Order: sequence, then C-alpha cells, then structure tokens
Amino acid sequence: MEFLTITQDLLQGFGITCLLFIMTLILAIPLGLLFAFCSMSKISVIKVPTKIFIWIIRGIPLMLFIFVIYYLPSLLADGNASLNIFNTIDLKMTIAAGSNELLWQGRFLAVLIAFVINYACYFSEIFRGGIESVSQGQYEAGYVLGMTKSQVFFKVVLKQVIKRIVPALSNEIITLVKDTALANAIAIPEIIKCAKDMASSQALIWPLFYTAVFYLLFVGVLTVVLNRVEKKLSYFKA
Amino acid sequence: MAYLEVKNIYKRFGKTEVLKGIDFSMNKGQVVSIIGSSGSGKTTLLRCLNFLEIADAGTFSVNNKVLFDAENQKALTDAQVRENRLHFGLVFQNFNLFPQYSVLENICLAPKLQAKERADYKANAKQINAEIEAKAYKLIDDVGLSAKCNAYPCELSGGQQQRVAIARALALDPEILFFDEPTSALDPELTGEILKVIKELAQRDMTMVIVTHEMQFAAEVSDQVIFMDGGVIVEQGTPDEVFVHPKSERTKAFLSRYNNA
Ligand SMILES: Nc1ncnc2c1ncn2[C@@H]1O[C@H](COP(=O)(O)OP(=O)(O)O)[C@@H](O)[C@H]1O
Ligand SMILES: [Mg+2]
Repeated sequence: MEFLTITQDLLQGFGITCLLFIMTLILAIPLGLLFAFCSMSKISVIKVPTKIFIWIIRGIPLMLFIFVIYYLPSLLADGNASLNIFNTIDLKMTIAAGSNELLWQGRFLAVLIAFVINYACYFSEIFRGGIESVSQGQYEAGYVLGMTKSQVFFKVVLKQVIKRIVPALSNEIITLVKDTALANAIAIPEIIKCAKDMASSQALIWPLFYTAVFYLLFVGVLTVVLNRVEKKLSYFKA
Repeated sequence: MAYLEVKNIYKRFGKTEVLKGIDFSMNKGQVVSIIGSSGSGKTTLLRCLNFLEIADAGTFSVNNKVLFDAENQKALTDAQVRENRLHFGLVFQNFNLFPQYSVLENICLAPKLQAKERADYKANAKQINAEIEAKAYKLIDDVGLSAKCNAYPCELSGGQQQRVAIARALALDPEILFFDEPTSALDPELTGEILKVIKELAQRDMTMVIVTHEMQFAAEVSDQVIFMDGGVIVEQGTPDEVFVHPKSERTKAFLSRYNNA
C-alpha cells in the first residue's frame, strides 16, 4: 500500500522531470542551431559576442546559472531580490487556483529558461562541429549542380551533419535527463525533490534510492531510441 | 567567333597573384587539355570558370552570351549566377558524390530540384520525374554502372565513384564539361576506366576542358593543349605542336621532367 502511494507521488514528480526534459530538448535544439550559425558568422559583431556568451554559459555550473536566471531579473528591476518575479507568478497562480499549497509554474519558467540557454550552448558547439566537419567539396558539388544555398544545406549537408552529431548529441541528451534534478535547487517538485520531502516529512529514505529506477528506465528507453537513429543512418559513410 | 571565349582572367588570394591574365578560346565539340605543374593555377582557373571563385578581372562567354564580367559581377543576383553556372559542369578530383544518396539519387537530385521550379511541374510531376530517372538510367548505362544503380558511394571503388560523378554532371546537359584532374585521386589501375569514358564523350563531340597529368591521354584526346605555368598560359596549340615541337623552354623543361619521371 505504502509502496503504491509512494510510487504514485514519485510519478507526479517524475512528470515534472519529464516536462522539463522535453521542453528543454524542443526549445534548445532550434536555439542551439541559431547559436551555431551565429558563432560561424562572417560578421564579427555577431560571431564574437556569441562565442563569448557560449564560453561563459559552458564555463559556469548549471546550478549557478539557474540562480542567476531566478534572482537577476528581480535584482535588476528594483534591487530587491526578496520580491522575486517568478515567485510572484507562483503566488498569483496559487491564489487564482484557490490552492493551499504554493504552485511552482513561475519558478519552473526560471529553470526552463536556464536549461534551454545552457543546453542550447552545448548543442550549438556540437552542431558547429558537425557542420564544419562536412567538407567544402560537398557544398561546391551542390553549387556547380545549380543548387541554391538552402538546397545544398537541407538536401546535401544536413543529413551528413545529423549522422556525425548523433553520438555526441545522445550523450548530451542523457546528461540532460539527469541534470533535471538540479531544478530542486529552487524547489521545483521534480522527482528528487518529492523523494527528499518524503525523507524529511515521513522519515523515509528508500524512496530517494527508488528514484533511480525511474531514471534508469527513462535513460534505457532513450538509449534504445537513439541507437536506432544511429543505426538508421549507418547505411552511408560520411 | 569561338564557342568559349575566356579573356584576361586575373585572380589573387591575398598577396599571391595566382592567375595573371588568362586568355583562350575553343570551338564547340572540341577538347582542350590543360597541363602544367602543380601550383600553376589550373584548379583556380576551373574554379573561376565555374563560379566557385570570383575572378578579380576578365570576362568569359559561351555562344556569345557573356556569363561573367568582373566589372559587373556584383550586380548579379544569386539566381542569375545560378543560371550562368548551369552552362558548365565540373567534375572534381575527389568526386564529391553525396554519400547519403544512391547512385541514381546522386544523379537525379539536382535535375529534380530544378524541375520543381518549372511552371508545369505541379501538373506533370510524375511524368517529369520519370523522364529524369529514365535519363539517369541511360547515363548510368553509358558509364557502365547499370549494376550499381542503387549502390551507395561508400560501396563503390574510386573509379566507379568518378564515373557516377561524370554521369551526375552530364545529367544537367552542360554545354561544356570541365574536369579537374579526374584521375589523380585514383589508383593507377583505375585511371583507364575514367579515360575511356572521357574518350567516348569526346567521340560524341562533347565540349570538354580537361586538366590532367596524363600526357599520353591528353595527346590522344585533345584538339588543343594549353600549358600553364606561374599563372599564365605559356604555350598552346595542337598536341603535336605542344608535345612534339614545343617552342618555349619552360614547356620543354616541364615535358622532359614528365618523360623522365
Ligand atoms: N583559396 C586559396 N587561398 C590561397 N591561396 C590559394 C587558394 N587556392 C589556391 N591557392 C594558391 O594558388 C596557387 C595555384 O593553385 P591551384 O590553382 O590549385 O594550382 P594547380 O591546380 O595548378 O595545382 C597555389 O600556390 C595555391 O597555394
Ligand atoms: Mg589542381
């Protein structure tokens, strides 16, 4: 009985973990592509700031960056971090919903922004490496056949890039699954936070270890899917 | 008036002047070979003629249509450049086939993309694509690769890949086909199959410009031979004039290095 209710509680937290994972993935990939193109730009006012930005984001811990996103807007707005704008959103939503427990959507937004920017930077370096590894000859072969720049990119280069970046991207995606646990730094009720709460309120420590099962299952499914993608692209050499 | 007229082409990369005024012309159906030691600017010349580099000065025209004029090149739109470059085809030293596409797909890709721009495409898409594929099969047959239609480039030998590259260039019906050392990336025993394909094209009066180090082949196939050195054309004439009775000392020195090698 206890096992079932605890599983259910943890599943709720795991839902938030998955939400953060999916939304980060969906948003960070296009943003990462944009960063990649900016960091390869011939215009230095675009290229240099992008590179510095990527260097900074990749150089600081994601946990710290979550705090930066969470506190900085309020600090800049009125120099008073105690009136946190993300908390204000939470409070308003809680009142509107007539809930007696503080909701988390505002803080989730802060975490999501931090994750998307952070992962977009990591992805952008992978994309850039992949794009730059396709030989100039592939572009030129396309051009002399009368293709436009976008035809060359989408019909000739892209699939070769994808093939080359799938292994590195897979690693990063699996890291993302586990990084979602950092959201509990600002009390997002993801699965680890749920288990920690049980430890303190019910003096139960095993649910914390039990969370590993959720992660392992999720990572297992992802690994199978990503391996399948890799296999699908193995029919050609690039 | 000659078919291809190249006038006064100059090209520099930073401080190094690579092409210092290239002039030549050729008639329709002719084969011109360009020989010369490495670094003399042969590749750069072909790249300028195929719009992969923009020459700093000079013009070239085909069939009295000016394709390039350094004076007003900047005024051209991407679409106009694209249209101009389609008069020519280029076969690269290292093939540059698209690895993710089969032989047939490599050949059909560009023609199919172009067909999509046709006004009547929507109405006749099926038929147009069928025609493109039929033509591709014919070209694959011409280069002797019928058995490999659905193979991927990684499954082909270098010689087979280069034959596909030639078929791919021919699929767009270029008025002139350029080759940049088409056999240099191949094992010696595979060069023959490429030279044979080029000779067959010559017999069918394909207009071609071939940069090559295969002197014997150049002598057999060419109507005209151009010897380049240091970014200029040192000597040009019939194979007999250039190979057997060269006038310039530089040509003689180059040829004797080859004959002794
Ligand atoms: N993109 C480039 N940038 C700088 N120098 C180049 C470039 N392309 C070619 N060159 C130089 O131009 C000269 C001629 O090169 P190339 O046209 O490749 O000669 P070839 O094909 O006759 O061997 C070489 O000295 C080469 O280093
Ligand atoms: Mg060369």
